[in-house]
This record gives sequence, structure tokens and C-alpha cells, in this order.
Amino acid sequence: MRLKILNSGYRFGTKVLFAFIHAGSRQPVPDAAKLVFYRPDFYGAPMKEFTHAAMRGPSAWSVGDRELMAAFVSQMNACAFCIAAHTATAAMAYHDEAKVLAVLADLETAPIEEPLRATLRLLGKLTREHAVNADDMRAVLSAGVSREQIEDALAVCFAFNTTDRLADAFSFFVPGPKAFEAGAKFLLRRGYR
Amino acid sequence: MHSFDKKRTMHKALVSRILEGEGRAEHSQRCAAFENAGLGEPLRTLIDKVARQPTRVTDEDVTNVEAQGLSEDQIFELVVCAAIGQATRQYETALQALAEATTGKKRSEHASEDPQ
Repeated sequence: MRLKILNSGYRFGTKVLFAFIHAGSRQPVPDAAKLVFYRPDFYGAPMKEFTHAAMRGPSAWSVGDRELMAAFVSQMNACAFCIAAHTATAAMAYHDEAKVLAVLADLETAPIEEPLRATLRLLGKLTREHAVNADDMRAVLSAGVSREQIEDALAVCFAFNTTDRLADAFSFFVPGPKAFEAGAKFLLRRGYR
Repeated sequence: MHSFDKKRTMHKALVSRILEGEGRAEHSQRCAAFENAGLGEPLRTLIDKVARQPTRVTDEDVTNVEAQGLSEDQIFELVVCAAIGQATRQYETALQALAEATTGKKRSEHASEDPQ
């Protein structure tokens, strides 16, 4: 990572925890985890609370849908670490990697329901252009998406527009597929807290 | 509490923590990074890239800021503020548009009261 403190500036207890994670997953601790463990009082703790609520809290969207939104937003931001992490997690949650890859290849032709497609379109525009308007919202509502579902999707979008920026600003190391598979298992078992 | 209200509360707590809570970078500098406004070089370049083109951040952008006397902890905080600031502007713009779209339906019955 770009700042030395994010590689080695951890308290003894956190280093022990990292050693346990390493031993348990047989993979190095991912940089995304390191980031939220660095001075957690400043950023990690409140961000984990929000992200867990957005990704695992009550919602009409499934966990797979929300992980797909995370992968899709990350693709809009061209964030290599988060695309890989959330593609793997969405594929595992859906038990359907082909569906996730189809969405990332071409949203318009992917075999998904129209409400999800309209929502991803909205998140894509918001991420790319930094703004959306009431007409964009009306289009999503008229595709059968509820106001609450849009609010839930916007929370996912916030979480990943933040995380993607930090992943690239701090230059997260992008490991191989086995590490992302281990990460996906962890995120589906434990969530983001 | 409704789950949306809960998330809005958590979002406000996050923003308030990074801007108003204890930190190594000055409060005014954290706010400027969050707003991506009013910063001098070389910090302006780093913060603007985090907000607008994060994949373009380079080691040099960071070392230039360090050379001005900022510590890694201060840079960590300012980069976090910049990322959350940009994502917050997106989030709030979208929630306003959603409110307009949903309340607009009701308002359309009283269009003459709302010239917009």
C-alpha cells in the first residue's frame, strides 16, 4: 500500500488478529481489511457499521443483488481490487458466476430482472457522472422498483464510491483468484463488521 | 427505526466523525479535503484525483504532499475525507432527486403551487 503506516502501523493486538486471519484463510490479510483496522476510531469502525447495514441489513434486495451492485459500481470506477472482490462474492452468493459476468460484460443484455437492471443503470450514471435527476429516478420507479429499494441501492453505491476511491488512492495490492474466493467466503459468513 | 433512517444516521455519524472528531490533520484542512475546494498545491492535486480520478493517483502525488511537511497520518485522514466527501455529494444529490421524483407525483395534482 502507498502509505507505510497502512502496511506496518498496527498495534500489537491487531497484528495478532492479522496472524489469525492469515492462518485461518491461508491467505495474506487483504488490504481492504488492513485499511479498516488502521486507527479504526477515525474511519474503519463507523464505515464498517454503515457498510454492514447497507450490504447485510434488512432490504428487499438479496445479498447477491447488493454484491452485484458493489461489483458494478466498482467496474464504473475501474477499481481492480473491488471489482474482483465483489464479483467473487456476488457469484458465490448467487451460485451463478455467469450471471455476474454477463452483467459486467453488458448490462443491457444480461439475463436479470428489469428492476435490478434499471437500478444498476441508475448507479452506473451516478458513479460516472456524480449526479442523477428526478427523471432518472422516475425511470427506475416505473420499472417497478420501490422507493425503499432505491434508498437501499444508493447506500450500497455510497459505500463503494468511498471504498473504490480509497482502494486506488492507497494502491491496494490485487492478489490472485484464491485470495478473492477466501475473501468472498468470509464476507458471506461474517459480513462487513 | 426504519432501516433507511438507520443508515442515514450512520452516514451522518461517519461524516461527523471524520470532520468534527479528533484528528491529526487540522479541522479546516479536513473540511477542505471533504469539499475538494480551497486547497493549495500540491495537496489540491492529490485530493482532486481522489475525488474525481482515483485510479490516477501516483506515488509522486503522495510524496509531493509529504515534502510539504504533512505526515502519513495526516495524508491518511485527508484522503479519507476526500473519498467520503465525493461519495457523500453523489449520495445526497441522488436522495434529493428521489425525493423530488416521489413528492413530485403528489405535487403534480397542485402544479400551479409549484412553478418548477
